[in-house]
Amino acid sequence: MVFPFPVLSSLIVLPLLAAAALFFIKGDGLVRKFTLAASLLEIVLALPLTAFRMGADFQFVERLSWVPQWGLQYYLAVDGISILMVWLTLATLPLCVLCSWTGIAKRTKEFHFCLLVMTSACIGVFTAMDLVLFYVFWEAMLIPMYLLIAVWGGDQRRYASIKFFLYTLAGSTLLLVAIVAFRIEGGTFSIPELMQRTFGFRFQILCFLAMALAFAIKVPMFPFHTWLPAAHVQAPAAGSVILAAILLKMGTYGFLRFCLPLTPAASEYFAPMMIVVSVASILYGGAVALGQSDIKKLVAYSSVGHMGFVTLGIFLFNQRGVEGALFQMLNHGVVTGGLFMMIGAVYERSHSREIKKILGLGKYMPAFMFFWGLFSLASFGFPATNGFVGEILVFVGAFQHSLLVGLLLVPGALLSTAYMFRVGLKLAWGQPSAAKEWSDLSPREWLFLVVPAVMVFYIGLAPSLFFQMITPSVDKLLADYDQRRVAVLDHVPANALAGLAGAVAPATKN
Amino acid sequence: MNLHPALIIPELFQFLLILALFLQSMGDGAKGPRPGRWVPLFAALGIVAAVAGFPARGLLFHDVYQVDALSQFFKLAIAIGFFVTVSNASRQPTLPENKRSDYFLFLALSAEGLMLLSSSTELFTLYLALELSSYSLYTVISLRARDKGAAEAGIKYILFGAVATALALYGLSYVLAGQHTTYIAELTGKSWTWANSPQAVIGLALFLGGMFYKLALFPFHFWCPDVYQGTSNETATFAATLPKLGAVVVLVRLSAFLTPGLEITTLLAWLGAISMTLGNLSALAQKDVKRILGFSSVAHAGYVMVGLVSGTAEGMAAAAFYALAYVAMNLLAFWVVSRVASDGRNLKLDDLNGLYKRAPVLAFALAVGAFALVGLPPSVGFIGKLFLITSAWNHGYNWLVITLAVNSAFAIYYYLSLVRHAYTEETVAAGSAEPDTSAFSLVGAGILSAVVLILGLLPSPVFDLAIAAGQGVIR
Repeated sequence: MVFPFPVLSSLIVLPLLAAAALFFIKGDGLVRKFTLAASLLEIVLALPLTAFRMGADFQFVERLSWVPQWGLQYYLAVDGISILMVWLTLATLPLCVLCSWTGIAKRTKEFHFCLLVMTSACIGVFTAMDLVLFYVFWEAMLIPMYLLIAVWGGDQRRYASIKFFLYTLAGSTLLLVAIVAFRIEGGTFSIPELMQRTFGFRFQILCFLAMALAFAIKVPMFPFHTWLPAAHVQAPAAGSVILAAILLKMGTYGFLRFCLPLTPAASEYFAPMMIVVSVASILYGGAVALGQSDIKKLVAYSSVGHMGFVTLGIFLFNQRGVEGALFQMLNHGVVTGGLFMMIGAVYERSHSREIKKILGLGKYMPAFMFFWGLFSLASFGFPATNGFVGEILVFVGAFQHSLLVGLLLVPGALLSTAYMFRVGLKLAWGQPSAAKEWSDLSPREWLFLVVPAVMVFYIGLAPSLFFQMITPSVDKLLADYDQRRVAVLDHVPANALAGLAGAVAPATKN
Repeated sequence: MNLHPALIIPELFQFLLILALFLQSMGDGAKGPRPGRWVPLFAALGIVAAVAGFPARGLLFHDVYQVDALSQFFKLAIAIGFFVTVSNASRQPTLPENKRSDYFLFLALSAEGLMLLSSSTELFTLYLALELSSYSLYTVISLRARDKGAAEAGIKYILFGAVATALALYGLSYVLAGQHTTYIAELTGKSWTWANSPQAVIGLALFLGGMFYKLALFPFHFWCPDVYQGTSNETATFAATLPKLGAVVVLVRLSAFLTPGLEITTLLAWLGAISMTLGNLSALAQKDVKRILGFSSVAHAGYVMVGLVSGTAEGMAAAAFYALAYVAMNLLAFWVVSRVASDGRNLKLDDLNGLYKRAPVLAFALAVGAFALVGLPPSVGFIGKLFLITSAWNHGYNWLVITLAVNSAFAIYYYLSLVRHAYTEETVAAGSAEPDTSAFSLVGAGILSAVVLILGLLPSPVFDLAIAAGQGVIR
């Protein structure tokens, strides 16, 4: 569908314009209000997206030639998989502005500049349908995120920000080579067109590995996760929220958008490995989270576990698994985003992230405890919350796949219950209470917590709207995957992988 | 042979400039308009001359001098680069007033040599043009007020240059002996395999050494960080940018017979791979901003090889485009360095601390330059790298392409430390000079940043010119 108005472009351009306009605005308060207004305007601009037809086709297509000599296009579109991520990004921006209203005192203008540029790049990542355009947004996003951590972060912000930058950039260098290889082999950079091509098995294996490295670091999957706790702990609240709610999703979005459709045979070949790594992430993330005394680190490690559910769901290749993965992506964004905003709120009162310094909030901050409890329940998948919907789907998918994988998930789910309860208990009833002097949630804090809280119940109780959005795309993804995987695997010689080591330089042999 | 002046407008114009500077330098330097004022204006007119000469095509001087798309593309680039470098040098704090006319005279001579170089299609002509541009540079390197480091840098540059050009000349004799011609057009038809003409292959390898020296490619790179560090910031700006254009244009011409699979081509690929890796790894340990940029030059020389070894017109075009991108990015980075070091000192990383507060525009320009040099989008550094990778993939050197990609990850750390010091370090080092925040400084930084970004977002028009140039060499 070609929409008469370039909706997606305007969503990318508006934050950039607003960011540029910030230079002409004086006064921190005004900067905040202006950015908030821009972020709300952004949501208004996105309203045409509600005309999204529930189907698997790419919609709101915008396609222009960019660099014709190399076949680069400015090509934007959304389908059922990406539109959820776009909405998530849009909703995150105003919450980020609100939750850093008082927390960010220095260089306010630059801070909001980074937030706006970040949003623009994120929308770009989720809507780009040209591989190079995707890569442009994918990399462009690193710079504002780096600055968010490096300038407004905690004591070890330098270490954390450089680690974040190095890890993610190192991961994506080979992604660029894979992109070029797709272009040479498939004749185009356009993702929907490449989805129609069938590539040789060996080519798929190499491209899958190059892409999977980039995405696995971004997700992050065990053992590539070590940048995440550092970055989360040091980042300011808004930075953590963006990191958790949007950035991590880019990795799993990459798996869904590139690995499964473009390299189906390789995805199948590596699925056992990916499943093992996902289960390892779930168990490892949960176990380490249980041992944390720093509340931000705890939530960071819980992210590793939760994102393990997402990658697991993707590589189960069944309807339940992939739908569950998509729900988990959304849920993790809502819930972990909420938790990080709460940690930011409590940090403004306690100036410490140590759990033992923020004991016993329950008596003095009941509203705070209510939200914390709610997000905790959602985090470990309590029925009637959104976490339940995603987790149960992945569970069903896992048991459909094999009994062993299903059984391995059970301790993972138990672990997440354990660590959320452990910290919840201490926050609510721990002694001695640190909260005597602290005020309960302010109206502003209510505002930014109510939004995710509503989403927790909405997705938890009435997920059908979301099902309608994603199911056609998931159906198509899996149908294509099945068909094209078979087409390649039938022709793979038995010893195809024997020469894998020599495959790195296939063309040098001529 | 008809010598038609319309064919050599840019060279003639540059010659006029040289003549004027020569006349002024005859006096004691105190008379007449100050060169820092009028030379940039004259150089700006030089850009107009280069544009006017752009469509010219022809062969001159017994076919040793070819005016074609490639040469005019590079002459325009040299004219623009010359304008930026002399503007940059116009307020040089470490240059005595009475030496200014000589200084600009030699810079102009060097640029003239590079212009001649881009049109030379015969090895002896090429050699002479190369020497003209080098000799002029030898003199200016050590022109930094009472600085022993500059003298050392000058000597190093001369010694290195002498050895490299001697090797090149020696190689030239082998090529002549082996292939019985020095015309590139005729050399293209010869066999360049080791089995058929080992003598010529050795000769060509040695001859290329002269170009590698200009380009600072391993193993002829050792002078690069030392000279950048020793000479004044403004001279380093020139040495880091324009000579590389000259070297690339020659390599693009010679690439016509460097087809993939030849021993000499594989040698180029290896040198490129070593150069980029070594350059990036060495830069990691540096504290002096100009040394960082020096090793970064070494790495970028390696990147250019990726396009050259592909043996396709796209590859040549990608290499030419990347050379342009390299010059734009470095002019930007050095512009900021020269402006921040307003007293002409050598900048350490710590001198950049808190630059975002002291000179926000310069800090932003530095960030643009650094991220472009890494190859992050949406800058010309990224799009240039993409072109290199795309042109070279599946032409036999995929390992080199992968080396290039992985090198971005090595490089990020030291480029990031430039940004880190400018943006996240709050404590300003004691005794730091106040950065120059005059309109001249800020407008220059703004324009150069805009060029780096706009070429990255809309590369097509410029790339069209590059592809025309590339197709002129390989049909």
